[in-house]
Amino acid sequence: MAVPVLELRNVNKSFGPIEVLNDISLKVNAGEVLCLLGDNGAGKSTLIKTLAGVHKPTSGEIFMDGEKVIFERPKDAADRGIATVHQFGGTFPLMSIGRSFFVGVEPTKRIGPFTIFDRKTANATAVKAVQEFGITRIDDGDRLIGGLSGGERQSLAIARAVHFGARVLILDEPTAALGVKQASHVLRIVNEAKKRGLAVIFITHQVMHALAVGDHFAVLIRGKLAANFMKGEKSREEITDLMAGGEDMAELEAQIGGGSEELHSPAHVRASDAE
Amino acid sequence: MSNLSKGSTAPGTSLGRLARSPETGSFIGMIAVYVFFAALGGAVFRGGPGFSSFLNMASEVGIIALPVGLLMIAGELDISVGSVVPASSLTVAIISGHYGAPDIVGILCGLGVGILVGYVNGLLVTRTAIPSLIITIGTMFGVMGLTLGLTILIAGSTGVFIVPGPVTTALLGQSIGGMFQVTIFWWVAFIAVIYYVLHVSPKGNWIFAIGGDRESARNAGIPTQRLTIQLYMLSGFAAAFVGVSQVVAFKSAQVAAGQSFIFNSIMCVVMGGVLLTGGRGSVIGIVFGTLTFAIVNQGIFFTSFTPDVGSIIIGALLLGAVLMNDTFRQMALSYSTKKK
Ligand SMILES: Nc1ncnc2c1ncn2[C@@H]1O[C@H](COP(=O)(O)OP(=O)(O)OP(=O)(O)O)[C@@H](O)[C@H]1O
Ligand SMILES: [Mg+2]
Repeated sequence: MAVPVLELRNVNKSFGPIEVLNDISLKVNAGEVLCLLGDNGAGKSTLIKTLAGVHKPTSGEIFMDGEKVIFERPKDAADRGIATVHQFGGTFPLMSIGRSFFVGVEPTKRIGPFTIFDRKTANATAVKAVQEFGITRIDDGDRLIGGLSGGERQSLAIARAVHFGARVLILDEPTAALGVKQASHVLRIVNEAKKRGLAVIFITHQVMHALAVGDHFAVLIRGKLAANFMKGEKSREEITDLMAGGEDMAELEAQIGGGSEELHSPAHVRASDAE
Repeated sequence: MSNLSKGSTAPGTSLGRLARSPETGSFIGMIAVYVFFAALGGAVFRGGPGFSSFLNMASEVGIIALPVGLLMIAGELDISVGSVVPASSLTVAIISGHYGAPDIVGILCGLGVGILVGYVNGLLVTRTAIPSLIITIGTMFGVMGLTLGLTILIAGSTGVFIVPGPVTTALLGQSIGGMFQVTIFWWVAFIAVIYYVLHVSPKGNWIFAIGGDRESARNAGIPTQRLTIQLYMLSGFAAAFVGVSQVVAFKSAQVAAGQSFIFNSIMCVVMGGVLLTGGRGSVIGIVFGTLTFAIVNQGIFFTSFTPDVGSIIIGALLLGAVLMNDTFRQMALSYSTKKK
């Protein structure tokens, strides 16, 4: 197998006395979607923040293309091609699509002694980049980010990362606040990014979304890597149970009484699976 | 819903563009206020005396409001401008008046004082977690105290006189036609430079980004600390410039001058459509806001109202401006939804 794009070896992270990540070893390959699963507070966000250079691991090592890397700040990770998209995608709601797409790397032209922000190029490039991902509704680069839907913002952020040559795309719950249609849009874009050869790390609480795009699954339970397997190696039931922190959802359901079924979405998912 | 949007017509787009620009509200406000005072203030207000009185006032506040506006777009405040104005005036008066050094030396030192105060502000704001409002209130009192103490120590009084040379007077203290101060031209120059910085150069994008989300801006590789310090130095410089031109025009400097610039500059900026929390605003808007402020402030003297009425109008305008800006911002944000 090829050298993984990104590899963690025995990574630990604690905030003072609180141990959040415990001895995590994980490999991510190009053209592969790694689904990072786990209950609330399991340490998923902390793990990706460590990869994105926001936190430094307390101990352990990170390798890119087999070469050891140390990220002092988010910029270091970004320069290496690790792009993180947070839940709300573009974080500049009052900036235009073109302007926010190029924050920090503005295209310029020169007129005499003056350096000029090239708005036309910025807008055209940004619009083209999202449209290539199938979001044809975005056709005006002057529109404000805040006027886009959640799914469009996510798509724009992903398109931006791909445009600037990201090799590892980290998505922290990109589908969390989205409706069914918007979520499937984002999932399609994740697949598209994968096809282009990016390594994608995808965090989600929804089994359906994980199964739709995941090639490789890693489950965190209280900061430990509880499971690490490839697509098809575990059933949907097993994955659901692992995502709930290793508890047997069926058992839990029986304890609660199963009277109000709609409250237990995992049970729901399983029911639909049986169809 | 998506297919309809592609066929959107040009009028819809230009209307959207208009609503999306932050100066629309302030332009409407300025016109309304001018019409109001043109009707009540009579021919005198509509003629040279009226124009010169509000343009003179606008140019002084305006030179300070522009960089204060940039800071506000970047999410910061600068209160210290109120003490930089007299500090630089007195620096010039003491060096070139009291000690009799060449004008240029005094002027450069006066401008230097402003840049220095700005640098200290920027340093404190970027190196500590204290809000810039508190920091610049602190530096304002610090500079005020130093100015008073040093002036009394050196000159023995709270006012210092100066006789500027003819070139200095022509450049900074002249009135054209006995009415229009030369600072109006300097204001125009400031407008051009700051317009370039915010709307034309790529740095403008950085300023908007910092005001939108400082953390993300830093992650995108923008040198947020350096830029913030530069913006504070710019506002210190602009305040010092006004102080210098005042001392040249009035031929004296007073310790107690300049406090009015604090609120006035902020009001001009807010009436100009700049979002108080940062991330949105425009130079043209700030210019409109400044003119609106000056028209009310001076226009009141051409009517039979007392100045208190002027204050009430300005207060109401300020509230109206904030409300209107909110409305226009909502329109700007939802413009896409309507299009669908
Ligand atoms: N900066 C911090 N200082 C102290 N503790 C922290 C810090 N960041 C995270 N934690 C703790 O680490 C644990 C894991 O948090 P993390 O945000 O990684 O969880 P998560 O798996 O992303 O959860 P969720 O699914 O709810 O987003 C939590 O108990 C949290 O309180
Ligand atoms: Mg999280």
